[in-house]
Amino acid sequence: MTKKQENTRKPMGWLEAQLGTETYRLIKGLLTNPISVAGMILLGIFIFVAVAAPLLAPPREGADPFKIPRDGYGQVPKPPGSEWRTRQPPLPFWWKALVGTDSWTHLMGTASGQWDIYYGVIWGTRTAFYVGLSITAVTALIGITLGTLSAYYGGVVDMVIMRIADIFIAFPFLPAAMTLSAVLTPVLGRGLIAPMIALMVFGWTGFARLLRSDILSLREREYVIAARVVGVRDSRIMFRHILPNAIFPTLVLASMRIGSYVITFAGLSFLGIGAEVGYADWGQLLSFARDWMTQLREYWYIIMFPGVTLVLFVLSWNLVGDALRDVLDPRLQGSR
Amino acid sequence: MTNYIVRRLLLVPVLLFGVSVLIFLMLQALSPVERSALYVRDIPKNERALDGIIRQYGLDQPIHIQYWKWLTGAKNATTGEIKGGILRGDFGYSRTASQPVIDLIKRRFPATLELAVWAVIPVVAGGILLGVIAAVNHNKPVDHIARVFAIVGWSFPDFVLGLLLLMIFYVGTDWFLPGRISDWANRAIMTPEFRNYTQMISIDALLNSRLDIFWDALRHMIMPVITLAYLWWALTMRVTRSSMLETLRQDYITTARSKGLSERTVVRQHALPNALMPVVTLGGGTVLGLLSGVVIVETVFDYRGMGSAFAAAAVQLDIVTVLAFTLLNGCIMIVANVVVDVLYAYIDPRVRLD
Repeated sequence: MTKKQENTRKPMGWLEAQLGTETYRLIKGLLTNPISVAGMILLGIFIFVAVAAPLLAPPREGADPFKIPRDGYGQVPKPPGSEWRTRQPPLPFWWKALVGTDSWTHLMGTASGQWDIYYGVIWGTRTAFYVGLSITAVTALIGITLGTLSAYYGGVVDMVIMRIADIFIAFPFLPAAMTLSAVLTPVLGRGLIAPMIALMVFGWTGFARLLRSDILSLREREYVIAARVVGVRDSRIMFRHILPNAIFPTLVLASMRIGSYVITFAGLSFLGIGAEVGYADWGQLLSFARDWMTQLREYWYIIMFPGVTLVLFVLSWNLVGDALRDVLDPRLQGSR
Repeated sequence: MTNYIVRRLLLVPVLLFGVSVLIFLMLQALSPVERSALYVRDIPKNERALDGIIRQYGLDQPIHIQYWKWLTGAKNATTGEIKGGILRGDFGYSRTASQPVIDLIKRRFPATLELAVWAVIPVVAGGILLGVIAAVNHNKPVDHIARVFAIVGWSFPDFVLGLLLLMIFYVGTDWFLPGRISDWANRAIMTPEFRNYTQMISIDALLNSRLDIFWDALRHMIMPVITLAYLWWALTMRVTRSSMLETLRQDYITTARSKGLSERTVVRQHALPNALMPVVTLGGGTVLGLLSGVVIVETVFDYRGMGSAFAAAAVQLDIVTVLAFTLLNGCIMIVANVVVDVLYAYIDPRVRLD
């Protein structure tokens, strides 16, 4: 308690002056909250894995790095530590120093069809970032645009946009995305694009609704009314006074959404209508478990490695989002 | 109140129209040949017969005429028989299930409803109880555990949890069984003495006073129900908790306490009823989550309901079937949302004034 009081009395530091009081409080809050620190450390590990993927699991020369290399074509999965028999991909540089041998092993075993799980987990991190970030960026952009239009113009525009949102919300997310993905697959071919478009089409409504209600409540605040009284133009009020203040809740939602988009996308792949077989994607790796439903104890590694990675990835975004929400809304501090 | 309900109900036809248009637009991505599954069981290989069918059912006509025919059905000129028409309950033929889509829905729907009914009980009861316990013990260990549970639960994909449960319990122990029912129980159900009232095995078994079959059905459902429920359990807990905390800070609670009422009475009779109001709004989301969840859960646990039929059709790109299921999902959601909104307006007078 005493520490807190000292902080408030302290004169504005250099950093605080540079960043502005609000941003400073935000960053400080994120850095001192143990939940968000845990989330950011996890996230940092994933970013490292994604960036260092070619070093951690080097792809074969000239091959598509997102295509998981296979060791033959046998049906029965091999446990972690089995030797790589046919067509070894290049060894990572740290392997020899660490283990002392020249032969590459399946660190996390292989799935049916001898796809290497370790390679899939490592390169799947890139897929997860790519999928999660791009879907969130597109849905947030659509949502922000439509939500702003809706709140700014009101009346008929608002009604039409919100009714359209209602129609899209009337569909449960996963089945809706599966449906559109199935419809688009014959047109666009099997791959990441069809399910990603499907998730974007059904994902924007949350952002649109959130931004609309935020703007509507901000519009009634004293400082906005003051700006209006002084005669500031409507568009300037919108872009300079309202939107910057409405954007933070959107950020919280975005960080939570990245996790849920990655889960849903992995779910599509797991069911067999997302990424194609052999693509480095966690959901796709997990779908190999479906061949061995009754022997999962023996082939635990097919579920454990990609499953735990997926959970931790989503958890890291949710932790950061949760902490961000606490910091942004002082009223909620400690109440969640 | 009446005004609010009428306005809310007037929205329903608009939404139904929008949903149907959206589904119909997705149908347009198919070629006329594929779309003919809306009207005929076997799509002929012969080109001339195919052309005949396309002309017969107007699959080459302008889009608004096709939409009308999709809604109300098309008449076969030679036999005079009306085929198709979703308003008549004819969704066309399922390529993957080799039967009319409506028959597939009728056969599979009770199984999924049964699963959903059993899943709602732990979500509502457990989630609310946990939320209240966490709020009353604010910032104590119980509260922290509940918070961690909520955030970890929210990050746990249902198919990963399902696979883990399969791995831990289905192999080695025979406490829980995959599928919907054991063979011996299935044979017992098929006998004429067993009356099928609802097609929901657990409930029918009770009505037939066959506890052994009831127990068997339950054993098949425990794992799917847990997988289906835990996510919404976490969410319900979270919402109950923060709403309860908010309520406990109100002045009238302080008044109640200073009157000398026991903490028990304050929590149960004064705080809880008000704290539960926001929980009602989760109702729509829970239905939404269940409709999504059954697709994954039924596939993982080999439970033959709507969800697994939907997943199978989607994987094999049987679009006509998939879109029929999606249409049904949309209608269920529209109804569920209306029910939740009206219910909420009924318990919380503030909503009606908006």
